[in-house]
Amino acid sequence: MTTLVSDTALVFGRYARQTLRSKMQIFFGALMPVLYLLFYGPLLTAMPLASRGSSWQVLVPGLLLQLGLFGAAFCGFAIIIEKQHGVVERMRVTPVSRLALLLGRVLRDAALFVFQAVLVILVALAMGLRAPLPGILIGFGFVAAMTVSLASLSYALALRVSTPQSFGPLVNAVNMPAMLLSGLMLPMSLAPGWLNVLSHFMPFRYLVDAVRAAFVGDYGGTAMLYGVLVTAALLLASVATGTRLFRRAGA
Amino acid sequence: MAVISTAGLARTFDTKRGPVHAVRGIDLTVEAGEILGFLGPNGAGKTTTLRMLTTLLAPTGGAATVAGCDLLRDPVGVRRQTGYVAQSGGVDPSIRVREELVTQGRLYRLSKAEAEARAEELAHELNLTGLLERKCAALSGGQRRRLDIAMGLTHRPAVLFLDEPTTGLDPGSRSDLWDLVRRIRAQWGTTVFLTTHYLDEADALSDRLVVVDQGRVVAEGTPTALKTRYAGSPDASLQDTFLAITGRGVAPQDTTPIAV
Ligand SMILES: Nc1ncnc2c1ncn2[C@@H]1O[C@H](COP(=O)(O)OP(=O)(O)OP(=O)(O)O)[C@@H](O)[C@H]1O
Ligand SMILES: [Mg+2]
Repeated sequence: MTTLVSDTALVFGRYARQTLRSKMQIFFGALMPVLYLLFYGPLLTAMPLASRGSSWQVLVPGLLLQLGLFGAAFCGFAIIIEKQHGVVERMRVTPVSRLALLLGRVLRDAALFVFQAVLVILVALAMGLRAPLPGILIGFGFVAAMTVSLASLSYALALRVSTPQSFGPLVNAVNMPAMLLSGLMLPMSLAPGWLNVLSHFMPFRYLVDAVRAAFVGDYGGTAMLYGVLVTAALLLASVATGTRLFRRAGA
Repeated sequence: MAVISTAGLARTFDTKRGPVHAVRGIDLTVEAGEILGFLGPNGAGKTTTLRMLTTLLAPTGGAATVAGCDLLRDPVGVRRQTGYVAQSGGVDPSIRVREELVTQGRLYRLSKAEAEARAEELAHELNLTGLLERKCAALSGGQRRRLDIAMGLTHRPAVLFLDEPTTGLDPGSRSDLWDLVRRIRAQWGTTVFLTTHYLDEADALSDRLVVVDQGRVVAEGTPTALKTRYAGSPDASLQDTFLAITGRGVAPQDTTPIAV
């Protein structure tokens, strides 16, 4: 257990230092959601999106998770390059824990995207978002959990493919429907019945609904309950998948 | 006592164009403190065998023990005691040499202070001292190769696997590396399992040779014994011996470069 913690800290440190060296990467990820806030948010302020609260309380949770979705899903790119340099095999040949090889990386990713989420919230507050602090903190928690699970899956997929060219299109093919069906941009409550039903098969929808509930101060309802359950299941399945791939990364 | 022993070790890759039998069943033993030269033409299965013995690749058949640990049941035990220098290296070009060496020590569970001291020591042994603050991308091919080797020696492994360690090194660095390998063995009793296409290197360094072709062991013995048996004289060249064993020469790009 203590070796797992120290192994994870070691791997985390290596990748965190790499991230800190690239200020570009740190801020660039927040650019897309901030642009949405500036040029898309104002369109929604006059619309009656929310049954409770303002449109900002509907839009901002979506943007936070969009940050996680698009950021984390592409994390695997880095490991394809590392694999080509032999770095992955070099680490796998050491006694370091396989779980730590994954966790060190995904925790770095989670730290990065939570930092960007803080930037997005600051801009959103300036634009007019008003939401309870505990709700916002819960939102960060969901961003972190979503990053950890998606990044794990992204690394797992990246360990199986051999070139970045085959990785990008695959990720996009999953991400686009995930974004549309989870109601990131507009709540699924606006959708016709069939679409609403379909979206219930998209796990991220429950995360989005939970964060929206948190932003209006509803911490004990079914949205939160489902959100937490789905997130826990996602975390478990994706971390297990990622670790398995580090254990026997094939080619 | 055998430090490495394999029985029917095999690996088949499933590819889109059908199965590739990279290693078809290898039986060999390596004694403690021995330097074993593992030879064979391109595609013979050398790297695949090394990747199995270092726990990177699961065998599809057979069994092996390395440093007293069963490959399948105790991979962590194997990892603790082996070092591996891969054919194509394993450092990140964007990271500084010192950081890579220290991280490697930490991955092998050295304390921070130990890992830092060890990085200095290795840099000294492999002639990298002036390069510690450079990014790995800014090293020459030969300097990079020396760094790869330093990384494999970090934890003073009982068994060292070297996959074509001297490819890309100039003659001076090559003979330095031979000296280093001999010194490590003399000082630490390290068992060394190395592949090479440089037959002079195999001849100079190995106590014993194992020649593989198409995934099988086709000959083994001391360099002198193999020369006598396959090329008719203990003074024959290893080149002729190798040709007689495999029925073909080494690929032209892999032979020792000749000045023109
Ligand atoms: N991941 C893989 N998938 C499919 N085939 C593979 C894979 N790795 C190796 N092979 C095949 O297995 C055979 C043995 O390869 P290996 O790399 O072990 O040879 P080698 O003896 O190290 O050759 P070289 O001297 O060129 O380094 C080759 O035919 C190779 O193409
Ligand atoms: Mg090879």
